[in-house]
Amino acid sequence: MAEYTPGYVGTVTKYVFVESPSMTPGELALRAYEVSEGVLIKETCFGLQVTGEPEAVDRLIAEIRTFDPTHIFVKDRGFPPGDPRRCRANLGGARPGYLGHEREFRILRYITRGLEALERGEEVPEAAPAPGKKPGLDIQRLQELIDEES
Amino acid sequence: MAKVFIYPATSLILSDLVARFGHKPLGAALGIRERIQTAGIDSPPLQITPEEPKRGLKYAAVEVPSGVRGRMAIYGPLIEEAEAAVIVTDADLAFGCMGCARTDELILFSLRQSGIPILELKYPTNEEEGVQFVAAIKKFLESLPNGGEA
Repeated sequence: MAEYTPGYVGTVTKYVFVESPSMTPGELALRAYEVSEGVLIKETCFGLQVTGEPEAVDRLIAEIRTFDPTHIFVKDRGFPPGDPRRCRANLGGARPGYLGHEREFRILRYITRGLEALERGEEVPEAAPAPGKKPGLDIQRLQELIDEES
Repeated sequence: MAKVFIYPATSLILSDLVARFGHKPLGAALGIRERIQTAGIDSPPLQITPEEPKRGLKYAAVEVPSGVRGRMAIYGPLIEEAEAAVIVTDADLAFGCMGCARTDELILFSLRQSGIPILELKYPTNEEEGVQFVAAIKKFLESLPNGGEA
Protein backbone atom coordinates (compact mmCIF):
# COMPACT_ATOMS: atom_id res chain seq x y z
CA MET A 1 0.00 0.00 0.00
CA ALA A 2 1.36 3.34 -1.04
CA GLU A 3 1.58 6.26 1.29
CA TYR A 4 -0.73 9.18 0.54
CA THR A 5 0.57 12.71 0.88
CA PRO A 6 -2.18 15.24 0.27
CA GLY A 7 -1.71 18.50 -1.59
CA TYR A 8 -3.42 21.83 -0.95
CA VAL A 9 -3.84 21.02 2.77
CA GLY A 10 -5.82 23.64 4.66
CA THR A 11 -7.27 25.17 1.52
CA VAL A 12 -10.84 25.21 0.27
CA THR A 13 -11.96 24.96 -3.33
CA LYS A 14 -15.23 26.41 -4.56
CA TYR A 15 -17.04 26.30 -7.87
CA VAL A 16 -18.44 29.52 -9.26
CA PHE A 17 -21.15 29.07 -11.88
CA VAL A 18 -22.27 31.91 -14.08
CA GLU A 19 -25.56 31.72 -15.97
CA SER A 20 -25.92 35.27 -17.17
CA PRO A 21 -27.00 37.04 -20.34
CA SER A 22 -24.45 39.77 -19.67
CA MET A 23 -21.34 37.95 -18.47
CA THR A 24 -19.38 35.01 -19.87
CA PRO A 25 -17.08 32.76 -17.82
CA GLY A 26 -14.13 34.42 -19.56
CA GLU A 27 -15.21 37.89 -18.47
CA LEU A 28 -15.91 36.63 -14.97
CA ALA A 29 -12.40 35.13 -14.82
CA LEU A 30 -10.79 38.40 -15.92
CA ARG A 31 -12.66 40.41 -13.30
CA ALA A 32 -11.95 37.76 -10.64
CA TYR A 33 -8.21 37.87 -11.41
CA GLU A 34 -8.26 41.60 -10.71
CA VAL A 35 -9.42 41.01 -7.13
CA SER A 36 -7.92 37.56 -6.53
CA GLU A 37 -5.08 38.58 -4.18
CA GLY A 38 -3.27 35.25 -4.24
CA VAL A 39 -6.28 32.95 -4.62
CA LEU A 40 -5.77 30.34 -7.34
CA ILE A 41 -8.36 30.77 -10.08
CA LYS A 42 -9.09 28.27 -12.84
CA GLU A 43 -11.45 29.19 -15.63
CA THR A 44 -13.89 26.52 -16.77
CA CYS A 45 -16.64 26.30 -19.36
CA PHE A 46 -19.30 27.13 -16.76
CA GLY A 47 -17.41 29.63 -14.61
CA LEU A 48 -14.48 29.26 -12.25
CA GLN A 49 -12.84 27.15 -9.62
CA VAL A 50 -11.19 29.13 -6.86
CA THR A 51 -8.74 27.62 -4.39
CA GLY A 52 -7.00 29.18 -1.41
CA GLU A 53 -7.06 29.87 2.30
CA PRO A 54 -10.67 29.78 3.55
CA GLU A 55 -10.78 33.48 4.53
CA ALA A 56 -9.25 34.60 1.22
CA VAL A 57 -11.68 32.44 -0.76
CA ASP A 58 -14.67 33.75 1.22
CA ARG A 59 -13.56 37.32 0.58
CA LEU A 60 -13.12 36.65 -3.13
CA ILE A 61 -16.49 34.90 -3.38
CA ALA A 62 -18.21 37.83 -1.68
CA GLU A 63 -16.54 40.12 -4.24
CA ILE A 64 -17.43 37.88 -7.20
CA ARG A 65 -21.08 37.70 -6.16
CA THR A 66 -21.36 41.48 -6.46
CA PHE A 67 -20.54 41.30 -10.20
CA ASP A 68 -23.95 39.81 -11.01
CA PRO A 69 -25.68 38.75 -7.78
CA THR A 70 -28.65 36.90 -9.22
CA HIS A 71 -26.75 35.06 -11.96
CA ILE A 72 -23.69 33.81 -10.07
CA PHE A 73 -23.93 30.64 -8.00
CA VAL A 74 -21.33 29.09 -5.71
CA LYS A 75 -20.79 25.70 -4.15
CA ASP A 76 -18.04 23.81 -2.32
CA ARG A 77 -15.79 21.29 -4.01
CA GLY A 78 -13.94 18.46 -2.25
CA PHE A 79 -11.07 18.10 -4.71
CA PRO A 80 -8.53 20.76 -5.68
CA PRO A 81 -8.47 21.83 -9.36
CA GLY A 82 -6.69 19.53 -11.78
CA ASP A 83 -6.63 16.60 -9.35
CA PRO A 84 -5.74 13.53 -11.46
CA ARG A 85 -8.42 11.47 -9.69
CA ARG A 86 -11.14 13.80 -10.94
CA CYS A 87 -9.77 15.89 -13.82
CA ARG A 88 -11.23 14.77 -17.15
CA ALA A 89 -7.87 15.41 -18.81
CA ASN A 90 -6.75 12.16 -17.19
CA LEU A 91 -10.02 10.24 -17.18
CA GLY A 92 -11.69 11.14 -20.46
CA GLY A 93 -15.37 11.97 -20.81
CA ALA A 94 -17.29 14.24 -18.50
CA ARG A 95 -15.84 14.81 -15.04
CA PRO A 96 -17.71 12.85 -12.36
CA GLY A 97 -20.27 15.23 -10.95
CA TYR A 98 -20.51 17.33 -14.09
CA LEU A 99 -23.77 15.75 -15.19
CA GLY A 100 -25.41 16.69 -11.89
CA HIS A 101 -24.28 20.27 -12.37
CA GLU A 102 -25.59 20.23 -15.92
CA ARG A 103 -28.99 19.04 -14.69
CA GLU A 104 -29.24 21.82 -12.11
CA PHE A 105 -27.81 24.39 -14.54
CA ARG A 106 -30.99 24.08 -16.61
CA ILE A 107 -33.18 25.32 -13.74
CA LEU A 108 -30.87 28.09 -12.58
CA ARG A 109 -32.93 30.59 -14.57
CA TYR A 110 -35.94 29.90 -12.34
CA ILE A 111 -33.79 30.45 -9.25
CA THR A 112 -32.53 33.70 -10.77
CA ARG A 113 -36.14 34.75 -11.28
CA GLY A 114 -36.87 33.90 -7.64
CA LEU A 115 -33.90 35.93 -6.42
CA GLU A 116 -34.90 38.89 -8.56
CA ALA A 117 -38.44 38.72 -7.20
CA LEU A 118 -37.07 38.72 -3.65
CA GLU A 119 -34.86 41.68 -4.45
CA ARG A 120 -37.79 43.65 -5.84
CA GLY A 121 -40.00 42.64 -2.92
CA GLU A 122 -42.58 41.04 -5.20
CA GLU A 123 -45.42 39.12 -3.69
CA VAL A 124 -44.92 35.36 -3.68
CA PRO A 125 -47.59 33.61 -5.77
CA GLU A 126 -49.73 31.11 -3.92
CA ALA A 127 -48.70 27.52 -4.53
CA ALA A 128 -51.28 25.57 -6.49
CA PRO A 129 -53.05 23.09 -4.22
CA ALA A 130 -51.62 19.61 -4.60
CA PRO A 131 -53.98 17.34 -6.52
CA GLY A 132 -55.93 15.33 -3.96
CA LYS A 133 -55.34 11.61 -3.75
CA LYS A 134 -57.98 9.65 -5.61
CA PRO A 135 -60.01 7.60 -3.16
CA GLY A 136 -59.45 3.89 -3.56
CA LEU A 137 -62.18 1.52 -4.71
CA ASP A 138 -64.71 1.03 -1.98
CA ILE A 139 -64.69 -2.53 -0.66
CA GLN A 140 -68.49 -2.90 -0.98
CA ARG A 141 -68.39 -1.64 -4.57
CA LEU A 142 -65.64 -4.16 -5.28
CA GLN A 143 -67.79 -6.93 -3.86
CA GLU A 144 -70.69 -5.78 -6.06
CA LEU A 145 -68.45 -5.85 -9.14
CA ILE A 146 -67.27 -9.35 -8.30
CA ASP A 147 -70.86 -10.48 -7.77
CA GLU A 148 -71.94 -8.97 -11.09
CA GLU A 149 -69.19 -10.76 -12.97
CA SER A 150 -69.71 -14.14 -11.35
CA MET B 1 -25.30 31.11 11.29
CA ALA B 2 -26.81 27.62 11.39
CA LYS B 3 -25.38 24.47 9.85
CA VAL B 4 -27.86 23.25 7.27
CA PHE B 5 -27.65 19.80 5.72
CA ILE B 6 -28.63 19.80 2.06
CA TYR B 7 -30.10 16.92 0.10
CA PRO B 8 -29.04 16.14 -2.62
CA ALA B 9 -25.75 16.60 -0.82
CA THR B 10 -24.06 17.71 -4.04
CA SER B 11 -26.73 20.26 -4.98
CA LEU B 12 -25.41 23.51 -6.44
CA ILE B 13 -28.71 25.34 -5.98
CA LEU B 14 -29.24 24.40 -2.33
CA SER B 15 -25.60 24.98 -1.44
CA ASP B 16 -25.71 28.44 -3.00
CA LEU B 17 -29.03 29.51 -1.49
CA VAL B 18 -28.12 28.35 2.02
CA ALA B 19 -24.78 30.21 1.87
CA ARG B 20 -26.39 33.24 0.20
CA PHE B 21 -28.89 33.60 3.05
CA GLY B 22 -26.15 33.52 5.66
CA HIS B 23 -25.88 29.90 6.78
CA LYS B 24 -23.38 27.09 6.34
CA PRO B 25 -24.41 24.36 3.86
CA LEU B 26 -23.32 20.86 4.86
CA GLY B 27 -22.83 18.82 1.70
CA ALA B 28 -20.78 15.94 0.38
CA ALA B 29 -17.87 18.20 -0.59
CA LEU B 30 -16.99 18.89 3.06
CA GLY B 31 -16.68 15.19 3.91
CA ILE B 32 -14.72 14.43 0.75
CA ARG B 33 -12.39 17.41 1.28
CA GLU B 34 -11.60 16.22 4.79
CA ARG B 35 -10.49 12.84 3.43
CA ILE B 36 -8.63 14.24 0.43
CA GLN B 37 -6.59 16.53 2.70
CA THR B 38 -5.72 13.92 5.33
CA ALA B 39 -2.45 11.99 4.98
CA GLY B 40 -2.61 8.21 5.21
CA ILE B 41 -2.79 5.25 2.88
CA ASP B 42 -3.39 5.96 -0.79
CA SER B 43 -6.94 4.85 -1.55
CA PRO B 44 -8.12 6.46 -4.79
CA PRO B 45 -10.36 7.91 -6.01
CA LEU B 46 -12.10 9.31 -2.90
CA GLN B 47 -9.67 8.27 -0.15
CA ILE B 48 -12.33 6.01 1.32
CA THR B 49 -10.22 3.53 3.29
CA PRO B 50 -11.25 0.22 4.88
CA GLU B 51 -11.66 2.18 8.10
CA GLU B 52 -14.74 4.00 6.80
CA PRO B 53 -17.19 1.06 6.88
CA LYS B 54 -16.12 0.54 10.51
CA ARG B 55 -16.90 4.16 11.30
CA GLY B 56 -20.19 3.76 9.45
CA LEU B 57 -21.24 1.18 12.04
CA LYS B 58 -22.36 4.10 14.17
CA TYR B 59 -25.06 4.88 11.61
CA ALA B 60 -25.97 1.51 10.10
CA ALA B 61 -26.14 -2.05 11.43
CA VAL B 62 -23.36 -4.53 10.76
CA GLU B 63 -25.47 -6.50 8.27
CA VAL B 64 -25.90 -3.38 6.13
CA PRO B 65 -23.56 -3.62 3.11
CA SER B 66 -20.15 -2.03 3.59
CA GLY B 67 -20.85 0.30 0.65
CA VAL B 68 -23.67 1.95 2.59
CA ARG B 69 -21.65 2.06 5.81
CA GLY B 70 -18.68 3.57 3.99
CA ARG B 71 -20.87 6.30 2.53
CA MET B 72 -22.51 6.90 5.90
CA ALA B 73 -19.04 7.51 7.37
CA ILE B 74 -19.03 10.64 5.20
CA TYR B 75 -22.64 11.75 5.67
CA GLY B 76 -23.27 10.56 9.24
CA PRO B 77 -21.05 13.14 10.99
CA LEU B 78 -22.55 15.89 8.82
CA ILE B 79 -26.09 14.84 9.78
CA GLU B 80 -25.04 14.83 13.47
CA GLU B 81 -23.60 18.30 13.05
CA ALA B 82 -26.65 19.68 11.21
CA GLU B 83 -29.02 22.06 12.96
CA ALA B 84 -31.53 22.04 10.10
CA ALA B 85 -32.00 20.42 6.69
CA VAL B 86 -33.34 21.33 3.27
CA ILE B 87 -34.48 18.36 1.21
CA VAL B 88 -35.47 18.32 -2.44
CA THR B 89 -37.73 15.29 -2.75
CA ASP B 90 -37.85 14.95 -6.54
CA ALA B 91 -34.14 15.25 -7.27
CA ASP B 92 -33.66 12.99 -10.26
CA LEU B 93 -29.95 13.82 -10.28
CA ALA B 94 -29.53 12.05 -6.93
CA PHE B 95 -29.43 8.61 -8.48
CA GLY B 96 -26.71 6.05 -8.50
CA CYS B 97 -25.90 2.44 -7.81
CA MET B 98 -27.73 0.42 -5.15
CA GLY B 99 -25.22 1.62 -2.52
CA CYS B 100 -26.00 5.25 -3.30
CA ALA B 101 -29.75 4.61 -3.41
CA ARG B 102 -29.82 2.87 -0.04
CA THR B 103 -27.53 5.47 1.50
CA ASP B 104 -29.88 8.20 0.26
CA GLU B 105 -32.80 6.44 1.92
CA LEU B 106 -30.83 6.13 5.16
CA ILE B 107 -29.81 9.80 5.01
CA LEU B 108 -33.44 10.92 4.64
CA PHE B 109 -34.55 8.53 7.40
CA SER B 110 -31.78 9.75 9.74
CA LEU B 111 -32.65 13.40 9.06
CA ARG B 112 -36.34 12.83 9.76
CA GLN B 113 -35.54 10.91 12.94
CA SER B 114 -33.12 13.53 14.21
CA GLY B 115 -35.87 16.02 15.07
CA ILE B 116 -34.14 19.02 13.50
CA PRO B 117 -36.25 21.50 11.47
CA ILE B 118 -36.62 20.21 7.90
CA LEU B 119 -37.87 21.92 4.78
CA GLU B 120 -39.00 19.58 2.01
CA LEU B 121 -39.72 20.92 -1.45
CA LYS B 122 -39.47 20.13 -5.15
CA TYR B 123 -37.30 21.62 -7.84
CA PRO B 124 -39.04 24.43 -9.72
CA THR B 125 -40.26 23.70 -13.24
CA ASN B 126 -41.24 27.27 -14.17
CA GLU B 127 -40.62 30.85 -13.09
CA GLU B 128 -43.55 30.99 -10.69
CA GLU B 129 -42.33 27.90 -8.89
CA GLY B 130 -38.84 29.39 -8.88
CA VAL B 131 -40.15 32.41 -6.96
CA GLN B 132 -41.95 30.10 -4.50
CA PHE B 133 -38.86 27.88 -4.16
CA VAL B 134 -36.50 30.72 -3.28
CA ALA B 135 -39.04 32.41 -0.98
CA ALA B 136 -39.72 29.14 0.88
CA ILE B 137 -36.01 28.55 1.49
CA LYS B 138 -35.45 32.13 2.65
CA LYS B 139 -38.43 31.99 5.01
CA PHE B 140 -37.27 28.65 6.44
CA LEU B 141 -33.70 29.82 6.97
CA GLU B 142 -34.87 33.02 8.65
CA SER B 143 -37.02 31.01 11.03
CA LEU B 144 -34.02 29.06 12.33
CA PRO B 145 -32.85 29.90 15.85
CA ASN B 146 -29.50 31.13 14.58
CA GLY B 147 -31.08 33.63 12.25
CA GLY B 148 -28.92 34.23 9.20
CA GLU B 149 -27.63 37.46 7.77
CA ALA B 150 -29.87 38.12 4.78
